[in-house]
Amino acid sequence: MAQYLILLCEDEAAWANASQEASDQIFKEHMAFNEHNAAALRGGNALQPTGTATSIRKDSAGGFAVTDGPFAETKEALGGYYLIEAADLDEAIAVAKQVPAPFGGVEVRPIRVFD
Amino acid sequence: MTQPRVSADASVAAAVADAHRREWAFVLAATVRVTRDLDLAEECVQDAYARALATWGSRGVPANPGAWLTTVARRRGVDLLRRDATLRRSLPLLLDDQVEPGPGDAAGHAVTDDRLRLIFTCCHPAIAPEAQVALTLRLLCGLTTAEVARAFLVSEPTMAARITRAKKKIAAARIPYRVPSGAELPERINAVLTVVHLLFTTGHTAPAGADLVRRDLVERSLDLARMLRALLPADADVAGLLALTLLTDARSASRVGARGRLLLLDEQDRAKWDRQAIGEGIALVREALQRRPPGRFALMAAIAAVHAEAPTWQDTDWREIVALYDLLVQIWPSPVVALNRGVAVGLARGPAAGLAALAALAAEPQLAGYGYLASARADFLRRLGRTGEARQAYEEALLLTENAVERDFLAARLAGLTQP
Repeated sequence: MAQYLILLCEDEAAWANASQEASDQIFKEHMAFNEHNAAALRGGNALQPTGTATSIRKDSAGGFAVTDGPFAETKEALGGYYLIEAADLDEAIAVAKQVPAPFGGVEVRPIRVFD
Repeated sequence: MTQPRVSADASVAAAVADAHRREWAFVLAATVRVTRDLDLAEECVQDAYARALATWGSRGVPANPGAWLTTVARRRGVDLLRRDATLRRSLPLLLDDQVEPGPGDAAGHAVTDDRLRLIFTCCHPAIAPEAQVALTLRLLCGLTTAEVARAFLVSEPTMAARITRAKKKIAAARIPYRVPSGAELPERINAVLTVVHLLFTTGHTAPAGADLVRRDLVERSLDLARMLRALLPADADVAGLLALTLLTDARSASRVGARGRLLLLDEQDRAKWDRQAIGEGIALVREALQRRPPGRFALMAAIAAVHAEAPTWQDTDWREIVALYDLLVQIWPSPVVALNRGVAVGLARGPAAGLAALAALAAEPQLAGYGYLASARADFLRRLGRTGEARQAYEEALLLTENAVERDFLAARLAGLTQP
């Protein structure tokens, strides 16, 4: 077995403009996804929007530059993730296809294992 | 190790080359089951072919070269893994479906299936399309990286990087070495067929380079289509692809005219067409069309079959061709298919109907800059006597056409228009 991270990449503006009913519906769909895939799920969280992000890099003077905002400004931003366990990529893709992501899509990345 | 007394003579070299062409995929796929690592398996198989070259001269060519090569390559794989336990630990092993490799090395079912596993791994949708094609040529056809690079007109380091990256992804993301299960199978077969078809079209009309046809790629894609047909005999799409490949390639001897210029279907000498390939292709088309609804390759093959059966261009059954295009645009709504359908409509029902069918395509962004739309319109307008509009369309086609022979043809037509 191996672990994969499923990254939810969605349009934040679309999320912000969604009606209460629409948001409730998506939330329900996530609950259903969790229930249906309990055996494979190892973790997961939703993130606050990129407006709350803070980026920290080392600067040339040897100190830190702390700036407001995400590392990269993209239309579809990382908004949450699920950590799953699967036998292979096909199994991971089958789980990823069920993740509700109406305002974008998901990316599947294998977790790197160090010996 | 003793050196063979007789160096590999020409007949041994030919036998090894033949076994390379026929058995590479079989031997590699069976060896991967033992090593569970693509690079290591390739190395062992290359060793086995080198051993064949060195020993078949003195010992004779074995009755079953594929089985001999598989035994040698697998044994080498087991040796290498045993000798180097750390190597074994450090390899991210390919996942198979946990079925033990079949007993012995005879051409049993378990071994046959390995070639299918290999091609489904190479054509996995999680691998970039250009890398799927490269991996297929490399692992199923046994081409070197240099040969694959030449086939796609990229530099060898570029192609090497592409292949390495794809192999790394197979291992790191755990793309399985497995024939997909029932529900996924049709979609995954389609991905494999798309790769083989791309290989064929790249060979059939080389996009660049000195030759119109790259015979090597055409032959390889035919081999792959035949292999898939043997492994998946009940699949209608596989039958359709093999039919399309055979029927299209049957015309290859008549496609090139004087000074290497490309001859269109209406100019070709049909006596040069390969009747045996056409017969085989037509039988496969009949089989492929029995599935409802027929698939994309079956319909394309059926269109090629109608052309193959027509004694002349004028005697082509255009109504049948339009009917087949009508079905094809439904499942494969590409503007180029719609354009071909429009031309067929004009040939079946007259230039006015053809012009009407093409009118809807004028706004297609994918056809903007495609001279064939303008020249088809120009031809219909000319035949309708709408000389002014025909002149405009020919001029547009001339602007968009770079092929010198086609430009000569269009210029002659333009000059032949009667003054308004």
